[in-house]
Amino acid sequence: MKPAVFDYHSPADLEEALRLLDEFGYDAKIMSGGQSLIPMMNMRLARPQVIIDINNISELSYIQVTDSVIKIGGLTRHYQVEESKEIERVCPLLTEGMKLIGHSQIRSRGTIGGSIVHADPTAELPVMMTLLGAEFTLASPDGKRTVTTDEFFLTYLTTTIDMNEILVSIDIPIPSTRTGYAIDEFTLRKGDFAIVLAAASVTLSEDGTIASASLCLGGVDGVPVLLEEVTEGMIGQVPSTELIAESCEQIADLVEPEPDIHASSEYRKDLCITYAKRVLERAAERAALL
Amino acid sequence: MTQSNSKEITLTVNGKQYTTSVEPRMLLSDVLRDELGLTGTHVGCEHGICGACTITMDGRPVRSCLVFGVQANQAEIRTVEGLAEPDGSLHPLQEAFWEKHGLQCGFCTPGVLMSACHFLEQNPNPSREEIREGISGNLCRCTGYQNIVDAVEMAAEMLNKNKKSEEETSDLEIVHSGRKVEV
Ligand SMILES: Cc1cc2nc3c(=O)[nH]c(=O)nc-3n(C[C@H](O)[C@H](O)[C@H](O)COP(=O)(O)OP(=O)(O)OC[C@H]3O[C@@H](n4cnc5c(N)ncnc54)[C@H](O)[C@@H]3O)c2cc1C
Ligand code: FES
Ligand code: FES
Repeated sequence: MKPAVFDYHSPADLEEALRLLDEFGYDAKIMSGGQSLIPMMNMRLARPQVIIDINNISELSYIQVTDSVIKIGGLTRHYQVEESKEIERVCPLLTEGMKLIGHSQIRSRGTIGGSIVHADPTAELPVMMTLLGAEFTLASPDGKRTVTTDEFFLTYLTTTIDMNEILVSIDIPIPSTRTGYAIDEFTLRKGDFAIVLAAASVTLSEDGTIASASLCLGGVDGVPVLLEEVTEGMIGQVPSTELIAESCEQIADLVEPEPDIHASSEYRKDLCITYAKRVLERAAERAALL
Repeated sequence: MTQSNSKEITLTVNGKQYTTSVEPRMLLSDVLRDELGLTGTHVGCEHGICGACTITMDGRPVRSCLVFGVQANQAEIRTVEGLAEPDGSLHPLQEAFWEKHGLQCGFCTPGVLMSACHFLEQNPNPSREEIREGISGNLCRCTGYQNIVDAVEMAAEMLNKNKKSEEETSDLEIVHSGRKVEV
């Protein structure tokens, strides 16, 4: 349970980090919070020759909230987002979802960029980012590019990020008023990775009918799954338990989760429906209060 | 890439400064235990699950098995050895764990204490449910947690009482010295 030998670099700025990444190529691994990478190194599932520790690059750690967008630096830690009053004001979903990530000891170190690049299909951040329509900015020695969640997440633990790229910033559009959110998940023990998780948003019109709604599931496929088929039929209707229950029944035909030692495919489907209903109802209730 | 890549680090542990040379692959838990001789911090799983190795680093609870020693350069660390007073008198948390049988084999205890210590700083009047949440990142194979929750609850009361009596003493001092102090 001890990591293999590696060379260690801790650059003080992004430019130097990118230069090192370019120099060492596939031999190198970026380390941010280390809360996924170090367990894998301890178990020798990962044996990088070179670690480029970005923890000293303070320019990558920030939260900026403008009228229309939340900007979060790649190195910003989970607890910083969890405790940000600004974020809670404009996007309470993030505050709620952050508390579901592991335990406070993990969130002290874990970073937003690390969770997104790690791309675990049952992780909270990729699901929330997909629901919210976030965009990611990736920097390489050749410059920067911005990608959508759809372009970014490819499959289990796999993203479009190139060997010489660093996720430097995350842009989350701030939703219109009267949008309610909710996220919830099924875990075997508090703080474990979820078996299934669901996040939803519901926006209400002046007359109390649903103007728009979204539902995103994790743990059913290699990437977070947005289920537009479930929510598009709800538009223009007054939210009710029956409407939501009826819309969610079709989830059984829309997802085909893989079975594993924790849960069969059928059980996961049942969980998806239960949790989808729960978060859509909560999101609608919260929107009605705004 | 063997011995030659060792790095010198300086860190403060429980108020005392240490300088030592470590290989980058050495975990902070091993630096504390094997380099600094502070074996109070326990190591269970070494992949972040059990919480036995929990310490505080720059004021936040962290898994010392998920931080490399080189990353703790210039950091301020607190371990279970830093809880008791230099004269050996126990921290209220330790006293409460003693009183309420909050431990059996004691393997998980250093991590539980460090998590609980930070938790009570953040949340001095927790409900039992909040205490459970606060220690959810620490596994205990012996106690069944009931007595740990009882102990944390008792420690919260003790800490609050201490704080109150400290405030009262300082009020008294103000009266005795006859000075008027703006508060
Ligand atoms: C006990 C335990 C419970 C956990 N429970 C949960 C949970 O419930 N939900 C959850 O989502 N996570 C959970 N985690 C994982 C945790 O959230 C990790 O922090 C997160 O997955 C990775 O973030 P990190 O900053 O620690 O990244 P690291 O571990 O440092 O890196 C992860 C990967 O991303 C790459 N990387 C990191 N940052 C960047 C960047 N800016 N640009 C490019 N590449 C980068 C690294 O090279 C590496 O491949 C848990 C972890 C533990 C130990
Ligand atoms: S030894 Fe660090 S969490 Fe188990
Ligand atoms: S007292 Fe034995 S593991 Fe907790």
